[in-house]
Amino acid sequence: METSAVIMMVFGLVITWGGAAICISIALKRKNL
Amino acid sequence: MQQREQWGTRTGFVLAAIGSAIGLGNIWRFPYVAYENGGGAFFVPYLFAMLTAGIPFLILEFGAGHKYRGSAPQIFAKLSKRWEWLGWWQVLVSFIISIYYVAVVGWSISYFFLAFNQGWGPDTGDFFFKEFLALSDGPLDVGGIRWPIFASVVAAWTICWFVLFKGVKKGIETASKIFMPLLFVMVIIITVRAVTLPGSLEGLNWMFKPDFKTLLDINVWIAAYGQLFYSLSIGFAIMLTYSSYLPKDSDINNNAFITAFANCGFSIISGILVFSVLGNMALNQGVGVDKVVKSGVGLAFVTIPKAINYLPNPALFGTLFFMALIFAGLSSHISICETCVSSLMGKFDLNRKKAVTIYCIVGLFSGTIFATNSGLYILDIVDHFINNFGVLAAGLVEIIFLSWICKLEVFQEHINKTSDFAMGNWWLFCLKFITPLVLGYMSIANLIGDIRTGYEGYPVDALFYFGWFLVVMVAVIGFILQTTTLMGSDSTGSPAESNR
Repeated sequence: METSAVIMMVFGLVITWGGAAICISIALKRKNL
Repeated sequence: MQQREQWGTRTGFVLAAIGSAIGLGNIWRFPYVAYENGGGAFFVPYLFAMLTAGIPFLILEFGAGHKYRGSAPQIFAKLSKRWEWLGWWQVLVSFIISIYYVAVVGWSISYFFLAFNQGWGPDTGDFFFKEFLALSDGPLDVGGIRWPIFASVVAAWTICWFVLFKGVKKGIETASKIFMPLLFVMVIIITVRAVTLPGSLEGLNWMFKPDFKTLLDINVWIAAYGQLFYSLSIGFAIMLTYSSYLPKDSDINNNAFITAFANCGFSIISGILVFSVLGNMALNQGVGVDKVVKSGVGLAFVTIPKAINYLPNPALFGTLFFMALIFAGLSSHISICETCVSSLMGKFDLNRKKAVTIYCIVGLFSGTIFATNSGLYILDIVDHFINNFGVLAAGLVEIIFLSWICKLEVFQEHINKTSDFAMGNWWLFCLKFITPLVLGYMSIANLIGDIRTGYEGYPVDALFYFGWFLVVMVAVIGFILQTTTLMGSDSTGSPAESNR
């Protein structure tokens, strides 16, 4: 697997699941999830 | 007038919305679309589309549903009596989708049982088309009912009936809290297994290796926006209905972000799963991955079963894969049906139990045609036309109505009042300009393409009956339903003049 492919796979996963994690943490701070 | 049901918890709503968004397309469509449109480079337009159209539209639908609290026709009628037909149009589009989508869930149920001993045999293509579907010569050669498929479809409708019968909190919310965590666990287990297979990295290389030159191609950007619209369940009343069950002080914006991120993240994991398996299969057959790659029905019921045949523990992998398809399909199917049930309850003043039972029986028998020998052909045509000229066109009209005819700023004030964070001017800009422009372009391009070249070489009369006639009738019946005054039609409430 080429480096560019690994970078794009990680990029996609980090943006989506990282984004979801940040949003969930914001909701948890509000203690209403 | 019945009191409107509510979600029990915020988690329940978010899981139900994610369950609606994550469907069969995430598993069998996204990986192929990404592979075809620049590989890893596709994520740039895809994530851009998510931020500039998917999430803004999702927030708008959540906001409209939450503010006006009703079924889709009721919400549009509250905004303007003359626009109730738009809600009915979307509901009828949902009805058509529900009756063919459940057929694929039925196939998945059958394949789940076949997976225990790889009952599809070594030639999976022959088995699926000639033995399992027993395909006829064309869409107009209907043949007879395939009873094993019909039985699976009955099973899928029964599960759907049971969940909807129990109501929003005890039925849909509970089902989502079971289906979604299980779906994620199953997909992660089989993905981890898949990436450890020989040849998987070669498969992943085919999907993720970026070709940045494709970013200059407008069709790649359109494909990204298209994939996102079809995936997020926007434009056909589902999210309007689901958000109408939210309590008054609920968050809107953050819930939409979580839903969209989880949906897109699931698609990428599905891509890793599918291309790892394809890489292993290509290695076993001694061919390139490009020779085995497929999408849609062919991927799920021909290529993946063939790939499963090569695996060390095929029964475990196969049952988990088809169980994941069932959960993904059922959670979406339930949301589509709820949209229609909610509208029936509002229009005809029916209680939930009666509306659900009537809907499921009508849906089961209307969809019998998809369990016949020509079921796959008809499904393919109906799916193409309903997606391209039903979902897309209704979504375009909806966005024009809500962002140009209504005051978008009123929605903005409403959603920002109770949300964890506020939406600024970028949200207004995306909804007023980017989303309508992209949807308009796609609608026109699809229309020209279908008029010029038809679809997949199907006979003109089949395309007329199952395509053009159907999509026109869906819109016409929407108008008729608006003009019909029936019991409960007063439940549309007072017009929201302040929003126009």
